[in-house]
Amino acid sequence: MAAVTEAPPLAPAPEKKPPRKRGRLVPYWLLLPGILWLIIFFALPMIYQASTSVQTGSLEEGYKVTWHFATYWNALSEYWPQFLRSVLYATAATVLCLLLGYPLAYLIAFRAGRWRNLIMILVIAPFFTSFLIRTLAWKTILADNGPVVHTLNSLHILDLTNWLGWTAGDRVLATPLAVVCGLTYNFLPFMILPLYTSLERIDGRLHEAAGDLYAKPFTTFRKVTFPLSMPGVVSGTLLTFIPAAGDYVNADLLGSTDTRMVGNVIQTQFLRILDYPTAAALSFILMAAILVMVTFYIRRSGTEDLV
Amino acid sequence: MEQYEPDRLSPAVAAAMRRSLRNGRAAMTRRSLLRASAGGALTLGGLGALSACGIPAAGKTSGGVSADDHSAKEKEVNFSNWPEYIDVDDSGKHHPTLDAFRKRTGITVKYTEDINDNDEFFGKIQPQLAAGQDTGRDLIVLTDWLAARMIRLGYVQKLDASNLPHAFANLSDQFRSPDWDPGRAYSYVWQGISTVIAYNKQALDGVEVKSVSDLLDNPKLKGRVGLLTEMRDTVGMTMLDMGKDPAKFTDDDYDAVIARLQKAVDKGQIRRFTGNDYTSDLTKGDFAACVAWGGDIVQLQADNPHVGYVIPDSGYMTSTDNMMIPNKARHKTNAERLIDYYYEPGPAAELAAYVNYVSPVAGVVPYLAKIDKSAASNPLIVPDRAMQAKSHAFRALSSKEETAYQQKFAKLTGA
Repeated sequence: MAAVTEAPPLAPAPEKKPPRKRGRLVPYWLLLPGILWLIIFFALPMIYQASTSVQTGSLEEGYKVTWHFATYWNALSEYWPQFLRSVLYATAATVLCLLLGYPLAYLIAFRAGRWRNLIMILVIAPFFTSFLIRTLAWKTILADNGPVVHTLNSLHILDLTNWLGWTAGDRVLATPLAVVCGLTYNFLPFMILPLYTSLERIDGRLHEAAGDLYAKPFTTFRKVTFPLSMPGVVSGTLLTFIPAAGDYVNADLLGSTDTRMVGNVIQTQFLRILDYPTAAALSFILMAAILVMVTFYIRRSGTEDLV
Repeated sequence: MEQYEPDRLSPAVAAAMRRSLRNGRAAMTRRSLLRASAGGALTLGGLGALSACGIPAAGKTSGGVSADDHSAKEKEVNFSNWPEYIDVDDSGKHHPTLDAFRKRTGITVKYTEDINDNDEFFGKIQPQLAAGQDTGRDLIVLTDWLAARMIRLGYVQKLDASNLPHAFANLSDQFRSPDWDPGRAYSYVWQGISTVIAYNKQALDGVEVKSVSDLLDNPKLKGRVGLLTEMRDTVGMTMLDMGKDPAKFTDDDYDAVIARLQKAVDKGQIRRFTGNDYTSDLTKGDFAACVAWGGDIVQLQADNPHVGYVIPDSGYMTSTDNMMIPNKARHKTNAERLIDYYYEPGPAAELAAYVNYVSPVAGVVPYLAKIDKSAASNPLIVPDRAMQAKSHAFRALSSKEETAYQQKFAKLTGA
């Protein structure tokens, strides 16, 4: 009790400096946990991987840094088809996600009314089960003797996709089509959610204004809604494309030998062949490739700030 | 259209606030984030940091590194095994053989099903073992080729034969002296695995499958054949089909097998290379026929009458899953007692009746017959003499061979 009264009263603060200084530091203190997290779980592993990629050796003799940059060139010249395939599949899945996701996000944002929350829950619901289970479910849906394949077959749609090289024979599983479908399905919510957030923000009166100015519904969409939803489109495509390009589960479970993606190569190199440098180099090449593509894309789409 | 601002700010004010947050100096653009993280990474990890890391060589001390054995004081043993690889009672919570072991010895077994994949498990414990740390496990079960690698790298401890009287006496001859662990100094078999050809009668639709050649060549099976990602099983079975011996083959023999498999892959004959997940493809009929593991087939047949198997005339591959004690394990003696326990015919029979793989214990048959007559006469669980004569094992590979062979096999499977 006595101690409390002993303390000099702080109220008539004679100097202004200390509190101001402390106030200025507060943001940095608040950032500290995040920064520490990034250092420990992002920066350090990256450095470790960067180091691994220029090492040579074997498990028995240990690995030493020898600045062996040839690993990068070897990895690229050996596995460029898988890189190309990853970009192709991820692009296809992203475009499909956008085509499927945009109307749905639009519906939720403007037309769903009191069903909005329910539809949002339905969009997110698949995340309540594991990624693996969701992908395995597709194996049942697309089974050779299942109703989907039978229907596609009797409608001669498989003939068309066979001709395009997307499927082979009377099946969908173990073909590129199945892998792209799996990627699209698994990453669709990552497209819908940002699209919804940016669509939902659009002031409804802008639509009315466009109508007042004799814009047809399509013109309103083209000139008002779509441009305003660009931040959502950009972040949605990024959130879909980046993980899809590195994914290996879909290609592994739904694909075949000719649909392996770069993620599968990295997994094989790292776990099976125990060629850690090549695996690390492949990861860095993938990262660099995605970074370049994304930078280019953001520049083109003119959206610097991603909401 | 309704009002979209939940708060009472006028839309214009709210929009201005948002703009300032997004476009002002406070805005966190993707680019500034990237710049910040890249800058941070660069300052942090100078080139010196890059060279500082490296992976130490594996300890080559043969005999392994033992820790102080706490077996006498701590009556427990930490046992890591594969899922569904031990007997379970009807409630699904207790393992009768482990309970009986505790009752007799007072040693509690902490049983964990945390090994799902040899490669992944190795990736998980390798850093600890390389650094000379305790993995927290006293007993692990690994497939023979990985067991061989563990011994080669000096990651496991030599077993004390005086604690293993039953194991020594009852190990069946077939498994007694693999070339990678002569005389079983480091490992004892948990279960043996027969690799056979399985088929789905319904999906086969009258097509006859008797050999690997049928799988690889019959045009009626195009796109409906499965092979295993386990290199030794797929290559071994094909090698036998080509009349070569998996126990002694050369680089050229191996290349010939890969070329033969590559031809089948290029033709579109092979649908997929799979791990354990081939079972769902087979029961659904997406695979008409595939290379498969015997224990799975026994279980699949119980649920699905269409599943059958053949043992090719050219022979079949047998591999083993092996119990080993990793370096620095705290309860080595307890682990050895547990190994020995499973080599008594009684517990071994209970285990075999439940897991349906090949029991490594000689003299298990009469005990097994008492529990389950059909299991005792099933050649997939107890191979008869005719079948044993067709069994082959894959030879041990040097680390150089292993890398080269796995590279070639990975290329075959697409990556």
